[in-house]
Amino acid sequence: MGIAVNPLITMVLRRIALSVLLLAAISVLIFAGTELLPGDVAQSILGQTATPEALANLRAELGLDRPAHQRYLGWLTSFLQGDMGTSLTAGQDIASMISGRLGNTLFLAGWAALIAVPLAIFLGLVAVHYRDGFVDKLISYTTLAAISLPEFFIGYVLVYLFAVTWNILPSHAIVYSGMPFAERMAAIALPCATLTLVVLAHMMRMTRAALLNVMSSPYMETATLKGLPPFRIVFHHALPNAISPIITVVVLNLAYLVVGVVVVEIIFVYPGMGQLLVDHVVKRDVPVVQSAGLVFAAIFILLNMIADILSILANPRLRHPQ
Amino acid sequence: MTATATTVKISAFTRFVAMLSPGARVAAVVLLLLLAAALLAPWIAPYGENEIVGEFWESFSARSWLGTDQLGRDLLTRLIYGAQNTFLIAGTATLLSFTMGGFLGFIAAVSGGAVDSLLSRLNDMMMAIPTLIFALVILSVMPSSLIVLILVMGVLDSTRVFRLSRAVAVDIAVFDFVEAARLRGERTFWIISREILPNALSPLFAEFGLRFAFAVLFLSTLSFLGLGIQPPEADWGNMVRDNRDGIIYGIPAALIPAAAIAMLTISINLIVDSVISRTSSLKGGRDA
Repeated sequence: MGIAVNPLITMVLRRIALSVLLLAAISVLIFAGTELLPGDVAQSILGQTATPEALANLRAELGLDRPAHQRYLGWLTSFLQGDMGTSLTAGQDIASMISGRLGNTLFLAGWAALIAVPLAIFLGLVAVHYRDGFVDKLISYTTLAAISLPEFFIGYVLVYLFAVTWNILPSHAIVYSGMPFAERMAAIALPCATLTLVVLAHMMRMTRAALLNVMSSPYMETATLKGLPPFRIVFHHALPNAISPIITVVVLNLAYLVVGVVVVEIIFVYPGMGQLLVDHVVKRDVPVVQSAGLVFAAIFILLNMIADILSILANPRLRHPQ
Repeated sequence: MTATATTVKISAFTRFVAMLSPGARVAAVVLLLLLAAALLAPWIAPYGENEIVGEFWESFSARSWLGTDQLGRDLLTRLIYGAQNTFLIAGTATLLSFTMGGFLGFIAAVSGGAVDSLLSRLNDMMMAIPTLIFALVILSVMPSSLIVLILVMGVLDSTRVFRLSRAVAVDIAVFDFVEAARLRGERTFWIISREILPNALSPLFAEFGLRFAFAVLFLSTLSFLGLGIQPPEADWGNMVRDNRDGIIYGIPAALIPAAAIAMLTISINLIVDSVISRTSSLKGGRDA
């Protein structure tokens, strides 16, 4: 047994190592991206009219007089130790700005995932069960439309209906620490619904495609010829074999959720990471943008890694090597 | 001579229309109308782009069919000028992403070996960051101008085109006629332009539609976040942003440009979906 497990562990470990490498490369990219700035941070803080002396002073204060690779290593090592530096515009500690908001973002994205994933898989199964029929067509066209819609269209239509016309839910998702759970859920109801709708369609379409792919296998035909009832075929024969692509689809969409959350937070004025990032891009506060961008990228890579590892584990051919 | 050319064009056109499902034909008409509105904007717009015609957030009326925006400008006029910006910028960015991604993808596929590995790994790395996040990081330091916007959108999107065009070209590169060209001693660029490109055009055509739809959504998202096209220039995304405060007072002005974006992207997706399902069912492929 010990020998049989080994190649699996090797594959998983290799995948983890790849992610760490990728993350390191991306930290370089994000750092280099902000180096594209014409002039530098000191220039953009003080403006075009700054005297050379003032510029030199500020550069020394911010450490900008050191060469780029030294600044990168310095930035990365303190980032890994949890010290993200201070914001240029607010003068606050970036790590403490991020920590509370990251919790809010994960809370919102988590609830959206909790609703969207089971619903998407269920709808995918229904579409496959009634394939080429009316229900399947209806689901297909609805999801095609939903994929094409911008997040803010869905968001504002929901606000217009639920917050303005019927006045049953708040239009702004204002949350604060120590807020009662029921109130918090009411506050995030609309942003959560928006996010769910955004990812649901894609997840469902790909679940359907993965299942249909399995359905065209010879053993599915055998199951049909044996006279098994259709729902048994879908649940017992198709689903276990489609589970690996479905896991991939689900986690990839969760990763998308983390990005979609940026726009949704702006629509609903929700105090999360996305709003922090966009606000500071507008203010051109580079240190905050770098840190928030790296946190987003890390979450994205982590989710992709989990997707790959889960599909390695879900693949029986890899679990029992010859 | 001209007569035959027209006949050929018409038959290609009818074949394309025959390929579309009824829904996709409606979508094609919508797409053409939007394109016409964009091209003819200065002539068909009822008012000037920034002309103030009445009070702010007026409702629908005979004077302003879609009402007015937060400054009292005619919404229909802004919508038409916005279409111009959307088609121009999203179109240019998509062309850029196809030229760059397609060219590099073909080079990777034809050269193989170390060049392929290097380009593919670099591409994987770029794709490992969510596009929007990467765009935000870059836009935080770059000046907000049209050129920067098109470059950022085009370069980031070219990673998706690279992956597809490489996959398509790898399939073509194994054919005998490519091998023959190699043995004749043709150079890589010759092989790409004369052997690979003509055969890769039709699978890449559907992708062009999807990438364009994505570029429209991406541009409107950036504008909505205040980082795309800057006011007073009209753009569907920044019109949503400018009018969004009206929504809580029950003024639907922000929903109109948002619906225009939705109409455009749904139309493109319907057409592409119809083309893809028709061509893949002709091949009798197993892919669902």
